[in-house]
Amino acid sequence: MYQHISQYTPVLLFFALAIGFGVGALLFAYLVRPNKPDPEKLSPYECGIPPLMSVNERIPIRFFIIVMLFLLFDVEAVFMYPWAVVYERIGWWGFIEMFLFIVILLVGYVYAWAKGALEWE
Amino acid sequence: MGVIERKLPDNALTQLIDKVVNWARRSSLWPMTFGLACCAIEMMAAGASRYDFDRFGVIFRATPRQSDVMIVAGTVTVKMAPVLRKVYDQMPEPRWVISMGTCANTGKNFDTYHVVQGVDQIVPVDVYVPGCPPRPEGLMYGVILLQEKIDKMKVFRK
Repeated sequence: MYQHISQYTPVLLFFALAIGFGVGALLFAYLVRPNKPDPEKLSPYECGIPPLMSVNERIPIRFFIIVMLFLLFDVEAVFMYPWAVVYERIGWWGFIEMFLFIVILLVGYVYAWAKGALEWE
Repeated sequence: MGVIERKLPDNALTQLIDKVVNWARRSSLWPMTFGLACCAIEMMAAGASRYDFDRFGVIFRATPRQSDVMIVAGTVTVKMAPVLRKVYDQMPEPRWVISMGTCANTGKNFDTYHVVQGVDQIVPVDVYVPGCPPRPEGLMYGVILLQEKIDKMKVFRK
């Protein structure tokens, strides 16, 4: 039992080291760095011109669906690149797998289309 | 300022530490580009491959948050003055200013209603580079002068 626990001593050591390093770096930076904040310095940088509006603008929720759809097909494209690189080696089996993968995503795409997710109004 | 900035006694060790810090600061002077007029063309030439500012560690930045030195290159108009001051204010310490060219130094012959008669009326200037416009060698010499100035600065020593 104790033997099992003692196996984890390096992990504990690692934790202590990581926390020590993080806190140490922050403390060292606090001692060394110049720190003279003022409202002008903390204001957002807009090429020297006072910002016209808040940075936290409200964005229409419709963008969210577009972003989600984009993300989906973006990730699909990311998967397709390595697949295309090793395509000759994996042959027909790889082709069928990728075909199924795309079909699954396509079903989702058709569903989103039918639901009117691509309609802007 | 930092908690121990300009608070340690002046001895051999702190002199060495200051030397290292100053070496680091002067070897990576990142300028905020503030090209306002024809001097900016010479500034760009200084940054390009023939004069190659990179070998001084001078790498132009597009934001004041990453800059150490502001090169005011050109005529400062009254309309541009508050913008210049705000960008200077947004730079983190330590920060330096190089006034490049006669217009930024004194306003030159534009003694009119719309030209600031010297950028030192808005921000503290460390190095003045004369010329209209100064050649890249001139700006380079200005940077070297600033580096010599930084070398003499006290960081942690009293």
